[in-house]
Amino acid sequence: LAVDRLPDGEVSPYLVDDLMVGDELEVRGPLGGWFVWRPEGVSTVPSRTQPGGAQEQPLAEPVQLIGGGSGIVPLIAMMRAHRTAGSAAPFRLLYSVRTPDDAFFRDELDRPDRGTDVTMLYTRRAPDGSPRPPGRITEADLTRYAFAAEEKPNVFVCGPTGFVEAVSRALVAQGHDPQRVKTERFGGL
Amino acid sequence: MSVHLDGNALAGPLAEVFAADVTTARLRCASCGDVAALARAMVYGGPMGAVVRCGNCDDVLLVFVQAPDHSSITMQGASWLHIDR
Repeated sequence: LAVDRLPDGEVSPYLVDDLMVGDELEVRGPLGGWFVWRPEGVSTVPSRTQPGGAQEQPLAEPVQLIGGGSGIVPLIAMMRAHRTAGSAAPFRLLYSVRTPDDAFFRDELDRPDRGTDVTMLYTRRAPDGSPRPPGRITEADLTRYAFAAEEKPNVFVCGPTGFVEAVSRALVAQGHDPQRVKTERFGGL
Repeated sequence: MSVHLDGNALAGPLAEVFAADVTTARLRCASCGDVAALARAMVYGGPMGAVVRCGNCDDVLLVFVQAPDHSSITMQGASWLHIDR
């Protein structure tokens, strides 16, 4: 679980500022099975209707993760599931964040697992010596750092609505099958 | 009203109404005929619930109202709901 403190939020300021170690919370979930990656060999649908049990994903297909800001949270869970399962699926992460100080899970992202490639895209300030000038994610970034459409990756995009829509439009324009691009706009109702 | 979200945001609120996970269920838009997971729909939240629009044609698929003493859902814009078992 990760909590991003929203200054005008109802719950997150309480969780960040008031909640103390040892306090008890009642938690419901996890809920929602759509924005989820499952390692190869694990059933995609818990099926009672298929003889012989679960459907299996055919092979370890490449996975492209693209996150903006706190949209990294479900993606880091996928990276951890990838590690835990010892999955052979090649993983790539593009993580767009304002400055190096704004990155969630920075220690973990600095030392990714074998088979996982992490590219940081800074929008406001990049570290000294960074080859890419700060700026929002572009089609050129996708061409340069992400799996190409021909490699048929499963793509997961999570972030603020504007980020998700710009990235998913660019992916489809580059030939990615919209059915392989899953998105989650973060926020609550 | 804030910026729209997508059907993933309905996982919590609709778990109080449906026994199955509806975000992975597929809906057929009564207006354009597009069939897509509810997670792919656009969700416009308000203080009393949400208006859910087709990700393809933007017509209203369903309206979900959450009041202190009841919930109600109108699904005039969805011609069917398909849930995997």
